Amino acid sequence: MIADLATSARRSAGRQYPRTRTIAALVVAGFRRYTTYRQATAASIFTNTVFGYLRCYVLLAAAAGSGLAVTAGYTPQQLATYCWASQGLIGVVMIWGWTDLGDRIRSGDIVADLLRPVHPVTSYLAIDLGRAGHASLTRFVVPMVVGAISFDLHTPQRFATYPLFALSALLGVVVCFGCRYLVNAAGFWLLDVRGVNLVWLFGSSLLAGLAFPLHFLSEWPWLVTGLWVLTPFPSILQAPLDVLVERGSVGQLLGVVAGQAAWAGVMLGICWYVQRRADRKLVIQGG
Amino acid sequence: MSALVIDVRGLRKEFTITRKAGRLRRTRHTVAAVDGIDLRVGRGELLGYLGPNGAGKSTTLKMLTGVLMPTSGEVRVCGLVPVAQRRRLAARIGVVFGQRSQLWWDLPLRDSFELARHIWRVPAADHATRLARFRRELDLDDFLDTPVRQLSLGQRMRSELTIALLHGPEVVFLDEPTIGLDVVSKQAVRAFLTELRDRGDTTIVLTTHDLADIERLCRRLVVIDRGRVVHDGTLGALHERYGSRRRVLVELDEQLSAPIELPGVVQESSSANGRLITFSLDGSTTAGELVGRLASVAQLRDISVQEPAIEDVIARLYASSTTPPHPRRSRP
Repeated sequence: MIADLATSARRSAGRQYPRTRTIAALVVAGFRRYTTYRQATAASIFTNTVFGYLRCYVLLAAAAGSGLAVTAGYTPQQLATYCWASQGLIGVVMIWGWTDLGDRIRSGDIVADLLRPVHPVTSYLAIDLGRAGHASLTRFVVPMVVGAISFDLHTPQRFATYPLFALSALLGVVVCFGCRYLVNAAGFWLLDVRGVNLVWLFGSSLLAGLAFPLHFLSEWPWLVTGLWVLTPFPSILQAPLDVLVERGSVGQLLGVVAGQAAWAGVMLGICWYVQRRADRKLVIQGG
Repeated sequence: MSALVIDVRGLRKEFTITRKAGRLRRTRHTVAAVDGIDLRVGRGELLGYLGPNGAGKSTTLKMLTGVLMPTSGEVRVCGLVPVAQRRRLAARIGVVFGQRSQLWWDLPLRDSFELARHIWRVPAADHATRLARFRRELDLDDFLDTPVRQLSLGQRMRSELTIALLHGPEVVFLDEPTIGLDVVSKQAVRAFLTELRDRGDTTIVLTTHDLADIERLCRRLVVIDRGRVVHDGTLGALHERYGSRRRVLVELDEQLSAPIELPGVVQESSSANGRLITFSLDGSTTAGELVGRLASVAQLRDISVQEPAIEDVIARLYASSTTPPHPRRSRP
């Protein structure tokens, strides 16, 4: 009976079961998974909000100290929005603290992922998008509301900014996922990826636009251009933040989002390639 | 043999081990974990795949499921090359690695099963039919809504079996599925596997150290040691090969006046002034013939027959394999 059902299932699977439904189910599972960790979510929201106050006051004080009404092209409202939105986006793009894949490689549990008829990159990306959806409703919304109550934030002047920001944040999640996947995938070759992870933490914090807006480096235009063109980091946070505070015309911001899309494609392509190499190299740990 | 489901020829897997050979010097040794295995398994067979720790059982299973690249040899499972066609193969096989989980740790068990339906793209009606059967046979209802992380080992293993079979695989690889289970859970898993075997449409490859699993489930045993097949046949053939003997224990009213002389019968021990005697039989003479002879020369009070212990024969088989380890090459 099992084999008969199996045969019929295989014959009909392709016709009856579009792959998009599999991906959608994984996205939902990623969302559901994070709903089970309510206390951790609450703690993250609290921490991000507290640091939002700290960063916002420091940045506004620095801007006021410069004696200029506009700092590196930012108004105080834009700077406050930059601070609070970046605090909210930390959890959405999950710039820190994702070791799921690395842990599973080290423990050997990766074998269970490889024994599913879905590519691991597709599977992990879908789950990550679900996680990002949950973080958007919790870890992004709450700090933004607190920031809006406590500070004078920049209100987008164009309606197009809202959907463009949503798209840009989504691409930021994909680019960040690609980086995190590669950092974790180093575990296929190195037993301990803590060193690689440390480099990633340092690089991403500094170069993604989290510690300070990259436009503060405008005195070194070659450096800023190099970061945007040659590294994926600005596409993770600086790009969606630029879209949200409307730094530039719609056309310029569309160009920023197109750059993000290109980086998202590049990163996923590298992830696919690395996974294929890892499959050939693979030694599952343990018996 | 029915249609081949697993076809393995000259399968070999080497690992390179680096050893310290001085302050700065390192030597590299190539060790064969699997050393030229040939194996053919037909549709519906239940194959017991045995061997001592480090014999290469799990390595073989990983190569058969496509998660480990063989060094050389040919492997086909369901007509597919496992590593090159791993995702296609994954849709047609089920795997339970005793220490690895296909379940979602954070979610209720029911959600893991539902997600498995989407991942393996199983039509809803087929999924519902199978899940209803597994719920009944493996008694899952009490913990369907419990998060996986809160399940006991026995509950988790029953759940692993379910998720491995929900998509109706043609072949199931079970790597020590009863490890660490209590008696009741072991019995539930064995009963389930017995029924699956008796249906005859799913090929099962079972690795285990639990010899009761072997006795109750496996009609064919493949024993490997140091990466090589040392036995491929039935349990009976294994006993025959290693000279396993049945034992007959008799209690008499008085000691025998003369020793019993029958072909293939040896008096192993005697106690209580010769009234309690253990005979071992190699099969030339039946237990009935021995008892008949005893009854004709003495008054019998009690008799019992002990079948040869599988532990003994497996231990003898492992011990008799004197092939040295296989460092094939070493280079500085």
